Order: sequence, then structure tokens, then C-alpha cells
Amino acid sequence: MNPFSSGTRLRDMIRAIRACKTAAEERAVIRKECAAIRAAIDENDHDYRHRNLAKLMFIHMLGYPTHFGQMECLKLIASAGFPEKRIGYLGLMLLLDERQEVLMLVTNSLKQDLNHSNQYIVGLALCALGNICSAEMARDLAPEVERLLQFRDPNIRKKAALCSIRIIRKVPDLAENFVNPAASLLKEKHHGVMITGVQLCTELCKHSPEALEYFRKKSTEAIVKTLKDLVNSPYAPEYDIAGITDPFLHIRMLKFLRVLGQGDADASDYMNDILAQVATKTESNKNAGNAILYECVETIMSIEDSGGLRVLAINILGRFLSNRDNNIRYVALNMLMKAITVDGQAVQRHRTTILECVKDSDASIRKRALELVYLLVNESNVKPLTKELIEYLEVADQEFKGDLTAKICSIVAKYSPEKIWYIDQMLKVLSEAGNFVKDEVWHGLIVVISNASDLHGYTVRALYKAFQISNEQQESLVRVAVWCIGEYGDMLVNNIGMLDIEDPIVVTEADAVDIVETAIKRHDSDLTTKAMAMIALLKLSSRFPSCSERINNLIAQYKGSLVLELQQRSIEFNSIIASHQNMKSVLVERMPVLDEATFIGKRAGNIPASLSTSNGAAINLPNGVSKSAAPLVDLLDLSSDDVPVPSSSGSDFIQDLLGLDLSAAPEQPGNNLAPKSGTDVLLDLLSIGTTPPVQSTASATDILSNQEKSPTSQLDGLSSLSPLPASKFPAAVSPTIDLLGGLAPNVASADENGSVYPSIVAYESGSLRITFDFSKTAGSPQTTLIHATFKNLSPNIYSNFIFQAAVPKFLQLHLDPASGSTLPGSGNGSITQKLRVTNNQHGKKHLVMRLRIAYKVDDKDILEEGQVSNFPRNL
Amino acid sequence: MGIRFILMVNKQGQTRLAQYYENLTLEERRALEGEIVRKCLARNEQQCSFVEHRNYKIVYRRYASLFFLVGVDNDENELAILEFIHLLVETMDRHFGNVCELDIMFHLEKAHFMLEEMVMNGCIVETSKSNILSPIQLMEKSS
Repeated sequence: MNPFSSGTRLRDMIRAIRACKTAAEERAVIRKECAAIRAAIDENDHDYRHRNLAKLMFIHMLGYPTHFGQMECLKLIASAGFPEKRIGYLGLMLLLDERQEVLMLVTNSLKQDLNHSNQYIVGLALCALGNICSAEMARDLAPEVERLLQFRDPNIRKKAALCSIRIIRKVPDLAENFVNPAASLLKEKHHGVMITGVQLCTELCKHSPEALEYFRKKSTEAIVKTLKDLVNSPYAPEYDIAGITDPFLHIRMLKFLRVLGQGDADASDYMNDILAQVATKTESNKNAGNAILYECVETIMSIEDSGGLRVLAINILGRFLSNRDNNIRYVALNMLMKAITVDGQAVQRHRTTILECVKDSDASIRKRALELVYLLVNESNVKPLTKELIEYLEVADQEFKGDLTAKICSIVAKYSPEKIWYIDQMLKVLSEAGNFVKDEVWHGLIVVISNASDLHGYTVRALYKAFQISNEQQESLVRVAVWCIGEYGDMLVNNIGMLDIEDPIVVTEADAVDIVETAIKRHDSDLTTKAMAMIALLKLSSRFPSCSERINNLIAQYKGSLVLELQQRSIEFNSIIASHQNMKSVLVERMPVLDEATFIGKRAGNIPASLSTSNGAAINLPNGVSKSAAPLVDLLDLSSDDVPVPSSSGSDFIQDLLGLDLSAAPEQPGNNLAPKSGTDVLLDLLSIGTTPPVQSTASATDILSNQEKSPTSQLDGLSSLSPLPASKFPAAVSPTIDLLGGLAPNVASADENGSVYPSIVAYESGSLRITFDFSKTAGSPQTTLIHATFKNLSPNIYSNFIFQAAVPKFLQLHLDPASGSTLPGSGNGSITQKLRVTNNQHGKKHLVMRLRIAYKVDDKDILEEGQVSNFPRNL
Repeated sequence: MGIRFILMVNKQGQTRLAQYYENLTLEERRALEGEIVRKCLARNEQQCSFVEHRNYKIVYRRYASLFFLVGVDNDENELAILEFIHLLVETMDRHFGNVCELDIMFHLEKAHFMLEEMVMNGCIVETSKSNILSPIQLMEKSS
């Protein structure tokens, strides 16, 4: 009884599913069917088991879960009849995979069936094993499969061969057992056995060098002869495809020859003739013939050098490339990629054709061709090729632009013969596909521009023109343009640094500001662009005094911005312009030349350790705060890279980072700063440079705390340099103001407000003294900043020094990390730590604090505790 | 490995046969089928029969309303796979006599049996139509 001819119910189900108009209907039908099948399974219904399984296969194909039918497969496999077994094994292969536990249960049935007297049942078991065998099963059943490789019926031998492939893949150790039987399969005449035998040998060579050596010696000759017979064989109707006998076997053999010939001159030599014969005699007017030629070319390209054959192969590819059939062109491009390492010159000859393929309407061909062009570029042809690619960029599909842009940028960066050409090409790319340009690419461009001092004027004018004619928003074009106008605005207006090739343009100061205004006001500009535009405006206000008023108004418009970053910049820049004219010009000087070598090194991901900048240090922070936390750090990331060599002098860093010419300032900044710790703090705020090694942890953590305050630590550092009256600032940046206020001559008194309250000795024991210094921010009377200094009075060194403090509920306490954890003896050094206390009942209650200090002396843990109640009043 | 999966899909994108030679969960299969069917069915007759998807290639061929999609490794011979699809169709033609979508739907298990005789674990087993069909015919006779 055939379950499928009588099984109208299966047909009914399929019809019902086909009749469904919506996915919901289909789900309903399937739910009903699954319920019925489950019920049948529960009743242990024998008659309909196979039909149910057939239904489950259909349901599975549609993508619904069918795990509940897995046990049914096993039952069917265990039953005696062939039809039951057949559907059971099919279900096993479709519904199960090797990860499932159920599979373990089937090993025994498989073993029995592999030894069954009915060869069709053996075939079924082999097929199932070949498709789903796991490593455990491979070990258990390998001997059976090995034996079946010599079975009398070729149909079993071929299946055993493929089953062996699966076994070797799962357990490579078993490979050596199969080498001999595999070699004997190669001598057979049955095509099925040959094709599977060749595949088994190829697989064995992959896993075992000994097998490869063995087959090279023993089988090269045999394979070459078999292939020769096959090529010259008379018409064989059963295997004939387009006049060729079994092209599949041809191809598998050529693949195997490739494995044998690769890296072995003798074997390669031996197969020369037959390869030449295949390459010349195969008809190329049908797909089957082309498939063979394609495989043959790949083999010729891979085996050891034989000049004549390679010429033949390249010629075939040339023919393929000019074929009108897209499939053939696709494989030609694919193969030329491999040929380029063998014979680059020959591939170069097809350059124009390949370039045409980049513009093909077919995405697959375009992609291949683009990859190939990328490999073809060298110093001598970079200009014409780039020109073609950029011209094509204008008309390319949106979806292709991303790939194309990335490749062009990479080509231009790699092979540009001169800077002006590089800048020109990049500007074209930015104008055409600025939205597809990656961040590091336009960062790179800015670095190059900054280094090409003779091209500053040219670049800024070109960007100005590009910006004006670009009709749709190209984000990275806008960013680079805004940056350059900010830096080199004066050159734009006055036509400075005019090159011979340029036409003079008339740009007024107002025009330049217009551009930046457009950029900042565009609704689709993102935060980075707007923030960059804001800086450009600040810079222009100094470069173009006549527009200062207008710029100030522009900046002021963002005082109410909902985006914190813009609001902060707006307020800060506004006060710089409004109140600190004398300092502004110094503050917004041109950026120093960005160091190309460092940038390139960074892109390559190998910054020399000696050059590790603040970012390097920040990345190593234990809690994982890195520069990625700051979206805008990228912007200045560039600048921090140019810190040439971290020296210990703070003023150098400031100068480098901000381009501040401090010597022009009326006072030396160092004089205003607290001698040592002050400099450190300043450094930390600016997040620059490595401080001397001893303090590196401390400074890194300070950077961290700084970053917590604002996502843009470096900018923060920059902006809070502004010598503002502290009252304008909320608590967030208060500590920085105090310290940095000292930079500005007109608020030189600012740093004195730290000593309004007298210092106290908070705790003193025979071994330890803690002193507190206090300072306040004028804007927030509740908050007190405590600067704690720990001194060791004993002769021993304290290690693992930890200071803890606790306060009552009306106080809020924030501890910054300590400057170190080791305290030298005899008062020779100190650890400092900053505490911030906010008194919620300011004016009513006074500060109190409990202290606990833990440290180690000579490996002994010491704990000291104390209470501080002698705080100055009104804190 | 060679062949990773064989799919038969109709013009509407409904799967009519799916055979995988690698382990994928049901969700992964659904996602994959959705993605590649969308990609391949959108292409026109003039475009080439190969689509690159993730880290492998899809070789596809259309017969009337039915698409045959074969996922292969990158180093597989695309033209040979194209020829193989044709061989598969011819084999089914010989068995069903001018095979159509409904034949495959209503005789899913037979289509699978044929495939089983032709491909195992992603490798080609047999290329002779009569060798492929003989076990199936034998079974039909016996029942």
C-alpha cells in the first residue's frame, strides 16, 4: 500500500493551505493540522504515521515548528518495511539536525540498516548518515562505512564515499583509514563512483598532508588518464550534456588536479598536456563547455608555472569578458581577481572592459568589477581610473554608492601622487557622495589639508565653491567646509595663496559667515556638524571683526537649544565674544599642523607606545570609559594626536592643543597656577598628554571624572578655558573655573577665593595626619569642595591606602579618586583626594563627617577611624 | 562542502521545497529564505544568475513560475551549478512529465527522494538520470 497514492488527506491539507488568502488563515489551518497529528501520535496510530510525517515535512518547509514529530521518525526508521523506513529517514534528515539529542537514539537503527541484507535499505542509511552524522556517530559507524566502500553495488559505493567525506569532516583523525579505499575508487568506471571518489580524495587531501603526498605519487597519472578518456570518450547518451560527456565529472577532476598540482612542479608538469587539451578543445558555445573552461582556467592559474598554459588561460578569460552573456562575464571577472596575482600585466590589458563592467546595470557584476578595479590600481594608472570612478559616482545607484565611495577614498588615499590631486579628488567625492564618506576618511582629509600649508587658500576656496553648488546635503562636505572656513576664513576672503590654476573669486566676509550660518541652520545637519559650525563661527568672529556682532547674535540663538552640547557651546562662546575680546584672538588661533604620521599610525591601529596620548590612557581606564563615550571627541581627536612628545610642561600642551600662543599673553600662566597639583589638574582637564608615570593613574581618573561631567571632555576643557566670571556657571564646571580662571589676567583674583575658609586638621593620630582645605563656588553656596591631604607621620611606608568618609543624610558626599595609594614614610610625601560635599540644609546645619582609613604596613592591615566636627561654620 | 542549500520558490516567493546541508534553526531559515528570495526575485532576465549574499553565493534559475535557488560556497563553479539545476529539472521532468509547481507540492517526498539521489551532504552523487530515478521507480512498482 502506498501511503501517498491513497493519502487524500495530505492532498487535502495542501489544498487547504493553498486556498488560504492570508498568513493568518494559513496559520489557523496549520494549527488545526498539527493538533490532529499530535493526537494521532498520542494514540500511537500506525496506519497514518507515514502520512502524518509527510504532512509534517510540508509544514516544516513552510517554516513552522515540527519538533513533536521527531520521535515518529525514529519509530518509522525502526519499522521493518522499506516505504516506512524511507519516509522515516527523509523525516530524520529534514526535521532533525545533528545538534539534537534525539539523534543519539538513531545510531543503533543506523548500524542495523547499514548491515541490512537489502541494499536499498543500506543506501537509505548511508544517505541519512551522510547528511546528519555527528562526531560521535562518525566514530561509531566509521568501520561500517569503510566496509561499504568495497560493496559490490556501485550505487552503495558512491554513497559510502560521500558518507566518508562527512565522517572525515567531523573526525579528521579518521582520515588515514580512508586513504587506501579512496584511491581504489579512482580506478572505477562507474561515473557515480568516480565523481564521489574524486570528491573524497580532494577532501582527504585537505585534511591530511600525507594523503596529499600519497595521491600525488599514486594517482596523478590515473586521474590524468581518466580525464583524457573522458574528454575523448564517444557519445554517451546517459551522461551527455550539450555534446560533452558528464561535465560534472570533468569539473570535479579538474578541481582534484588543482589540489595535486598546487605547489608541486612534477605533478603540474604531468598534467600540462591534458589541461592544454581541455582548454583548447572544449566547445565554448554552451554553458556546460564554459563551466569546464572556467574550472580549467582556475586550475591552470593555481598550479605551478607554465607560461604557455597561462597565456591560453588569460585568452580564455579575455573571450569570456567580451561575451554578451552576463553569467560568463561574471565568472570572468571572478577569475581575473585570481589571475591578477599570477599575471597582473595581462589583466591590466582588459582594464577598459573591466571599467565598463563597473557601470553595468547588474549589481553582481558591478560588485565584482569594482573589487577587480581596486586591485588593478597602481601609481601609473591611478589618475585615469579615479577619474572614471568619480564620474560614475555621479550616476551610480544609491545602494552602490557606499561601496564605490569607500573604494575610491581608499584608492585616492593609497596612491595619490600629490596633495593637490588628493584634495581635489576628495572634494569631488565629498560633493557627490558626502553622506557615504566614513568619519576616518574626512578626518584624514582634514589632516592632509592642515599639513598642506601652501594649499590652504586653494582648498578653502574650492570647498566654498563646492558647498555653494551642492544641492543636497552632503554631511561630510559640510563638515570639512565648515572646518576649513573656520580655520582659513581669512584666506578665503582675501584670495591668499592663489594658485595659477585658480580663477579669483570674490567672497566677502559676510558670504563666508553665510555659509557657516547655512550649515548650522540646516534642519538636517546633525549635532557634530552644528557643533563644528559653532566653533567655526567663534573663529570667524575673531578673523572678521566686522561680522563679530552678527556672529555673536547667531551664536546666542542657541543659548536656548534643547541639545545640551549646543547650548553649552553657545553660552560659553557667547561670553568669550562678549567679555574677553583681549583673549579671543589668541584662543581661536589657527590649529597647529596636525601630525600626519600619528594619524596614519592611529588608523593602522599601531600607535607607538611612547606617543600614547590622553586617549590612549583613557581607553585603558578600568571602568571602560573611553573616547567613544564622547561623540564630539572625534573632532578634537585629531588635535590631541598632534601632541608631539608628551613633556612634563603643562604650558606646552596647552599651546599645542589650542594653538594658544601663550608667550603673547601678558602673564605666564604657570605663575598663576598652584605650583604642582594645579598644573596636573589643568592637564587633566584638557585631557592631554601623559603626565609623568607616577601620576598616570591619578590623572587618568581625573580625565574620567571630567568626562562624566560632559560627554565632550576635550571640548569641555577647551571651552572652560574661557575666563568667565564664575557666577555664570552652574556647579557642574565649578572646579575647573577656579583653576583655569587663573589663566586670564582680568580674573586673576579668582583663585584666591579658595582660601576664604581656614584649613583644618581633620584627623591626627600618632601615625597619620589628614588636613582639609576648603573652597566654594560662588554660584552654589551649598557645595563645598574639600581638598584632603594625607601625611604619614611614621617611618614606615603605607600601601593600599584607602580613605573612606560618611556623612549624615542632609549632606551629599562625592569622593574623587585619590592621587595614589602608597604613602611614603616620615612625612616625605602625601596623597591628596578631593571631596565634594553638598549641604542640603545650608545655613541651618554644619558639616560633620566620619572617617575611616585603611592601609597596610609591613603586610599588616591597619584600620583607623575618627570623626570630624571641627569644620568651619557656614559651610 | 559545495552546496549549502537548495530552494524551490514560486513567483510569489512561497517556498515549495527546501533542503539544507548545514545546520540552521527554523528562524534562521525563515530569515534567510526571506532575504534571498527578495534579492533574487527582484532581478530581471538580463542580469546574471549569481547573487552574492553574506559569505556565499546564490546561483538561481527560473523555470516558468518556479525559481530554483542554490546556495554555494564562494569557490564553487557557478556555471556548473547552473548546469546542475538544469539536470535536476530534467530529471524531474522525466519522472513527472513536464514538471510543474503542483507536482512538487503534491509529491514533495518524491522530489526529496530525487534530490537525495543527486546531492548528499552538499556534494554531487550521481549525474545520470536513469541511475537517479531507478530506486524511485522501483519503489513505485513495488507498492
